[in-house]
Amino acid sequence: MDFVRKDILSVEELTGEEIELILDTADSMKEISHRDIKKVPTLRGKTIVYFFHEPSTRTKASFEIAAKRLSADTVSISASTSSIVKGETLIDTSKNLEAMNPDVIVIRHQASGAPHMIAKRVRASVINAGDGMHAHPTQALLDMMTVREKKGTLSGLRIAIVGDIAHSRVARSNIIGFTKMGSSVVVSGPPTMIPTGIESMGAKVVYSIEDAAREADVIMMLRIQKERLGDFLFPSDREYANFFGLTHEAVSKARKDALIMHPGPINRGVEIPPEIADGPQSVILDQVENGVAVRMALLYLLIGGSRHASDN
Amino acid sequence: MRLTIRGGRVIDPASNTDAVKDVVVEDGKIVELTPGLEGRGQKSKIQNPKSKIIDASGKWVVPGLIDMHTHLREPGHEYKETIKTGTLAAAAGGFTTICCMPNTDPVNDNRSITDYILKMAKEASYARVYPVGAISKGLKGESLAEFGELKEAGAIAVSDDGHPVMNSQLMRRALEYAKRFGLLVISHCEDLYLAGKGVMNEGVIATRLGLRGIPNAVEAGMVARDILLAEFTGGRLHVAHVSTEDSVRYIREAKKRGVPVTAETAPHYFSLTEEAVLDYDTNAKMSPPLRTKKDVAAICEGLRDGTIDVIASDHAPHSSLEKELEFDAAANGIVGLETSLSLSLKLVKDGILDPMSLVAKMSTNPAHILGIPAGVLKPGVSADLTIIDPEIPRTIDIHSFKSKSCNSPFDGWNLQGKSVLTMVEGSIVFEEM
Ligand SMILES: [Zn+2]
Ligand SMILES: [Zn+2]
Repeated sequence: MDFVRKDILSVEELTGEEIELILDTADSMKEISHRDIKKVPTLRGKTIVYFFHEPSTRTKASFEIAAKRLSADTVSISASTSSIVKGETLIDTSKNLEAMNPDVIVIRHQASGAPHMIAKRVRASVINAGDGMHAHPTQALLDMMTVREKKGTLSGLRIAIVGDIAHSRVARSNIIGFTKMGSSVVVSGPPTMIPTGIESMGAKVVYSIEDAAREADVIMMLRIQKERLGDFLFPSDREYANFFGLTHEAVSKARKDALIMHPGPINRGVEIPPEIADGPQSVILDQVENGVAVRMALLYLLIGGSRHASDN
Repeated sequence: MRLTIRGGRVIDPASNTDAVKDVVVEDGKIVELTPGLEGRGQKSKIQNPKSKIIDASGKWVVPGLIDMHTHLREPGHEYKETIKTGTLAAAAGGFTTICCMPNTDPVNDNRSITDYILKMAKEASYARVYPVGAISKGLKGESLAEFGELKEAGAIAVSDDGHPVMNSQLMRRALEYAKRFGLLVISHCEDLYLAGKGVMNEGVIATRLGLRGIPNAVEAGMVARDILLAEFTGGRLHVAHVSTEDSVRYIREAKKRGVPVTAETAPHYFSLTEEAVLDYDTNAKMSPPLRTKKDVAAICEGLRDGTIDVIASDHAPHSSLEKELEFDAAANGIVGLETSLSLSLKLVKDGILDPMSLVAKMSTNPAHILGIPAGVLKPGVSADLTIIDPEIPRTIDIHSFKSKSCNSPFDGWNLQGKSVLTMVEGSIVFEEM
């Protein structure tokens, strides 16, 4: 099949076949990262603009490495905090970006829907690197890549996602992605962090982490944001760790070969104890490595011209 | 100058009239309503060369429509709307009378602003304008505005629209104090704490879009509070822009108990659901937010059974500066003066309202609630009337709006029916016949 999309805005808009194609491409991209010379000329002469409205060291570094390995030129634009508040600069910025004739714009923004707004107004391909609480498609794709790599399949698995589901774009994108590929997703966390109607996206809700972990193939822990204390979402870190954090007991309820995942950065000792994060079931570092491969695959599929990475 | 509107279907709930009649207008007043006979009309035309005849056959002739909830943005935000452009939009939409909310800059919480609005409205003279004064000084929710002075200057009601009165003590005192001046208290019911940072209805769509939700209880909780306060104080409460099923239920039950409460809804609350927000359309962002099918059904039922007395537009002009933004950052509200009637006529097509009740909700009832001498067609009253073609197809085109702003989610909608002539005190302020 050909990949004909202009933008990658959400997992929701991708078909199962497209997801398979992206993951297959990412698998071959991963091989490049293991070579001595980790660079191919595929995207020479192409320009990628990073437009990050929200701090992100990791996602940005991952994109940057992906772009460099494919020989693309990269430029970074960050808006000042004051112009973010003003808001109307988003349209202005997209006009300015368009004038630079980039091939890809990678955008992260704290407002849900912002990448859609830009994508409608520019000819360049837009990759959503995370928008508000809405979507983080590259994260979901790298998570799916990691699970497929370890489990050999994405169908028939039981995926537990635990934490602040309400405010998590990672949770939303993974719920949509894994259910689309034929797995079942159960979400868990404090009831204050389970959004209204999440079942409509295909997730089952349970409040106890042991119930969530039972027979799970994957336990994905989400980062808890301490500023949520002010929104009355939970009483303290301590209580969170006690009732909603991952425990050995919960892990013991899961399948023996269950994977422990976390999109990072981790609050060690809050949502996940260090010995589990660093333990044998943890694939947290594989996720980081696969992030580069998935982003290379997306850049390649969007602007690389031909289908197979091995062509280069 | 004598003018005869001939052969139209006169629908006047105040006199319980629904019949073909000729309406004769002279010196700004209605002088006669006669059975609409072809011969009579022609005869008068021949007899008096100075008289003008408007053929209204196949059309409705109704008392001038009244929109008791608009935002005219002047003074302070003239780039969005002025009193002139707002009243032009009103005339085009079939409204002869509008009430404008006090959230201008400066706020209409004193005589000088009320005076200014009335002066500008008189100069424009496309529609009658009744200013609504503030409940609290500066809409800050801290102290009562001077109701007596506002009333003397011409304010018709008080409201902190857009800035809900969170302090229950202040709301109680406003309802009490307003009794001395016969002022209606219009409440924008929204619990700001519960609404939090919400930007759309809380539910499946907000969850999918990753937008923060506003649950129904945000509105209904305050509706319940205000009903209890109106019942306790005897002050006259009017609930603005009802959007939820629970609010309708509380108001229905309160009316049954004899609480002095009336209510309005806006066309978007019976025409759209939260699904309009998909694709992050900021023209579907308003306060209260668009709700679900279940709420729309309850609003329709509330209109049908009389729980909701009034259809008001909540005309809220905004420019692209406020609307072409991320959904979180965009301003609330849509323009409505020029779409309200066409959207409301659909209620008649759908069998929810008969023509008489529709006219009641858009003219007779608001006149009655506000206590203004309008909303009736009878000899001796000012000739404020609207001629409606209920069948004419209409495609909403935001670029044709008289309003300065075009923030409407209804652009491109195909509807049936519109106002074709609007008359204020005998002069035609809009005509498209
Ligand atoms: Zn309001
Ligand atoms: Zn309003």
